[in-house]
This record gives sequence, C-alpha cells and structure tokens, in this order.
Amino acid sequence: MNINLSIDVATTDNQTTLTIKGEIDAYTAPLLKEKLLPATAKEAEKIVVDLKDVTYMDSTGLGVFISALKSTKEHGSTLTLVNLQERVHRLFKITSLDSIISIDTTTRGGE
Amino acid sequence: MEHFDFIEMKLPAKPEYVGVIRLSVSGIANRMGFTYEDIEDLKVAISEAMTNATTHAYDENEGGEVTVGFGLYRDRLEVMVADHGGSFNLSEVKQETGPYQQSEPIENLREGGFGLFLIDALMDKVEIKSDYGVIVLMTKNLPTNEVGIDDDQISTSQ
Repeated sequence: MNINLSIDVATTDNQTTLTIKGEIDAYTAPLLKEKLLPATAKEAEKIVVDLKDVTYMDSTGLGVFISALKSTKEHGSTLTLVNLQERVHRLFKITSLDSIISIDTTTRGGE
Repeated sequence: MEHFDFIEMKLPAKPEYVGVIRLSVSGIANRMGFTYEDIEDLKVAISEAMTNATTHAYDENEGGEVTVGFGLYRDRLEVMVADHGGSFNLSEVKQETGPYQQSEPIENLREGGFGLFLIDALMDKVEIKSDYGVIVLMTKNLPTNEVGIDDDQISTSQ
C-alpha cells in the first residue's frame, strides 16, 4: 500500500494527460493541484486525468477537481476523468459532482 | 456495562498524518471484521475529520495535536476525532456542507465543502460537539448475521 502520490504529465498537440498513482488526500492534493491547474489555464486544451491507479480519494481531491473545472470554464479548456475505480467514482456520485464533471465510465480502473 | 476495547492516538495536526490515521483505522476495522466496502467508508470519514482538524490548526498557525480515539464494541466501531484548538465556527462549516445542486452555478461551488457531508453520508451515526475545540464522534455498525425476531422469511421447521 502506497499512501503517497505520483503524477506523470504527458503533453501532445492541445492535449495534456495526467496519469496519477496513489492516494489523494489533504497531504497529496496540493501536488495534484500544482500539476493540474496550469494545464487547464491553456486555451482550448483537452485535459485527460487517468485515475486508474488512484486507490483512495476524499473531499480534498474533489476540491482540486472543482478548482480545475472552474478554470476550464474560464479558459475554454476541457477536463475529463477516466478509468476511475469504483470507490473513487462513488464519491462523485454521492456528492452529485458526476453531473458537472465529465467522467468517462467506459473503462474502469483497478481491475 | 458494555465491554469495549479502547485505542487512543495523538498525532501532530499536520496533513501528512492523515494517511497514517487512515492506515490505522483500516487495520482496526479489518480486525473487527468489517467488509471491504465499510473499511473504505471508514477511511474516508476519518480522513475527512482529521483533515478538518489539521486545516483548522493550520489556519490558526499553531502546532497543535489531534487526538483520535477508537472504541471497539462487539457490534460497532466508534471513532472520536478531537481537535483541541481554539475557536472553530461550526455553523459556518455546517452551512458549507451538502451535495451539489443542479441549480447551483459552478462558480459558487466551494472547494472544501464536502468533508462533513461525506462523514454524514458514510457513517451510521455522527455527533459533533464544539464546546472546547471540536469533537467529531462517529459510529459504524458491524453488519449483523443474526436473524431478527420478526423475520419470518426463513423457515426452521424440520
């Protein structure tokens, strides 16, 4: 079990993909914010966040994605979360944030 | 009196220890026989309470401590998270809690507004006291295998 967080950022034409591994909590969320927010500030940028290897997340993670969503609205970029593990997806459902944050449910992580 | 085991931990009120308390509750709940799903719920709820306590301490710029107590009962786990810091505006925190409403503009969404809501959603019982610092007391019941007296769905006739 790894309670830390690692983030890989890959950039191609107008697309930034963040691949995240580990646990998102009060300690690690600032790192996610630091990597994610600058990408959302690029006009027309398509940001994909791969959460396949995120084994834990709480409201601090939700807060980062809310910040990122606000930033995409300001800058005309888009944000999509992919490969969520069931437990992580559940938090978006409980809080109804899945109605405003784009979540690709065609594939699921952690399996 | 109802028998229970009690475990108490004191941690620095710093975000780096949120993960540590999460590992601890995971171990305790596992030993008690909670399901995987319930353990994950407990991890989120306790982390949220610890996060609130550390955020508060950070805002006040004090090197405080958070006390976490686990009461292990036959049929439930009670967790107490106590932040013995100074003032804490509970009514303000409560106002900021709740699920996202469709009618709400995204600009109004509060980035830190879901902690208490999640604790409430994931635990069976939650009490918050703010007389001296803030104490969050939350309970998760162990799933029961016993068939209730009124449950006549299972026939035992031979």
